[in-house]
Amino acid sequence: MAFALVASGDGDLYEIIGLSLQVSLTALFASCIIGFGLGTFIAVTRFPGRAVAIITFNTMMGLPPVVVGLLVYLALSRSGPLGVLGLLYTPAAMIIAQTILITPIVTALSRQIVEDLFNEYDELFRSLSVPTLQAMGAVLWDARFSLITVALAGFGRAIAEVGAVMIVGGNIDHLTRVMTTAIALETSKGDLALALALGIVLLAISMTVNALALSLRSTAARQAYA
Amino acid sequence: MHDAAQPMGGLGWITADEDGHCFAPLLPLTVRGLCYEAGGRNLVDGLDLDLGAHGISMVMGPNGAGKSLLLRMLHGLISPTAGQISWGAAPISPRVRQRQALVFQKPVLLRRSVGDNIDFVLRLRGRASPGRRDELLSRVGLLGLANQPARRLSGGEQQRLSLARALATEPEVLLLDEPTASLDPASVHLIEGIVAEAGRSGVRIVFVTHDIGQARRLADDVVFLHRGRVAEHSASQDFFEAPASEVARDFLAGRIVL
Repeated sequence: MAFALVASGDGDLYEIIGLSLQVSLTALFASCIIGFGLGTFIAVTRFPGRAVAIITFNTMMGLPPVVVGLLVYLALSRSGPLGVLGLLYTPAAMIIAQTILITPIVTALSRQIVEDLFNEYDELFRSLSVPTLQAMGAVLWDARFSLITVALAGFGRAIAEVGAVMIVGGNIDHLTRVMTTAIALETSKGDLALALALGIVLLAISMTVNALALSLRSTAARQAYA
Repeated sequence: MHDAAQPMGGLGWITADEDGHCFAPLLPLTVRGLCYEAGGRNLVDGLDLDLGAHGISMVMGPNGAGKSLLLRMLHGLISPTAGQISWGAAPISPRVRQRQALVFQKPVLLRRSVGDNIDFVLRLRGRASPGRRDELLSRVGLLGLANQPARRLSGGEQQRLSLARALATEPEVLLLDEPTASLDPASVHLIEGIVAEAGRSGVRIVFVTHDIGQARRLADDVVFLHRGRVAEHSASQDFFEAPASEVARDFLAGRIVL
């Protein structure tokens, strides 16, 4: 029955899938912009408190989604500092929450990758007097396959989380309902067919992401860029 | 490209590039009282050295003599704990370093194609052009491999690519840190040919090697290091026919020098 639902092209189902992808991909895009930049900066520069920054981002990789959801809720609620924006219970709030959730992952993992490669290139770059910004660009480009894997890991985390989007999105039908919140709701209602159908799609997306990551790794290894 | 030279009152010669920017001469090189201490040990210990403006100087000595350290300090990758290095009249600086190139013992290649490794340096120096890239690759016999991933090359090919990349910077001084270590004779022959040609074209070469035969083939003069100091610095013929120091005699005779 669940498979039939997936195959039927049910409008509600595909609306939920579409919103899930829209929210998570937008959050991923924002996280990559922030995380790659921040990770690269921490990797190639030395500043007081750098070790603290590294430990903080590493620790934040395990941020509980409900805590992030709560913090974003407090910030966006009417009495919160960003309440005037009226973003609570909108997809934008969900994007903000997911961005906060996966940015530390993207930052910490990209920092490690970029730092390893930068250490390898360091003497060459100093020998050639490569300006810092140009060195950062070169390392980011050369680490692109590994960084795409990082992005996929971030996407996997975003698309699968439920706690944060439930709190700040509210699971409102046709507005903020995404796959994970819908699964939680339909299960509690006893509509297991829809919950299972969404679960199948979620698993399929997760498998696709993993297959992509593996394929990229293989491509990189084959081309000896990894 | 330093294509013009003219006398400058009291300061020797100045050189000018295509855009008319003037540079003080890099050579001669003067090193005085150079020291490098690490872990409570003096790895370079009061080293004095003078190198003239032309030729190929081979730096030799047993392991731990300070050869690679000296090269890195000359290039400014490591700061000495004491002493002075003067390239012409100037201390080492990024501007001076840009007029030199260093080839590492273990090639450090970008995760890119062979051609892109050269393009990176040409772009950095504002001289990017497919013609120039192909000319450099042709010079080191790698033109046919321009689109191959650089890290898939053999050890000898990787080192030739490193050499081409160094030459892409059009250096006045080329520093080579055992570039032929653990390479097969054919690769050694190719690399020696490229270095000799660079030397003939006016690039000042400072070449660290363990290989006595290689030093005989290439050297105009030999700097022999022992325990962080210059034990002997003499013309190649003098060094090989009548070494003045006992450690150099032992080294050339194949005896173990500690």
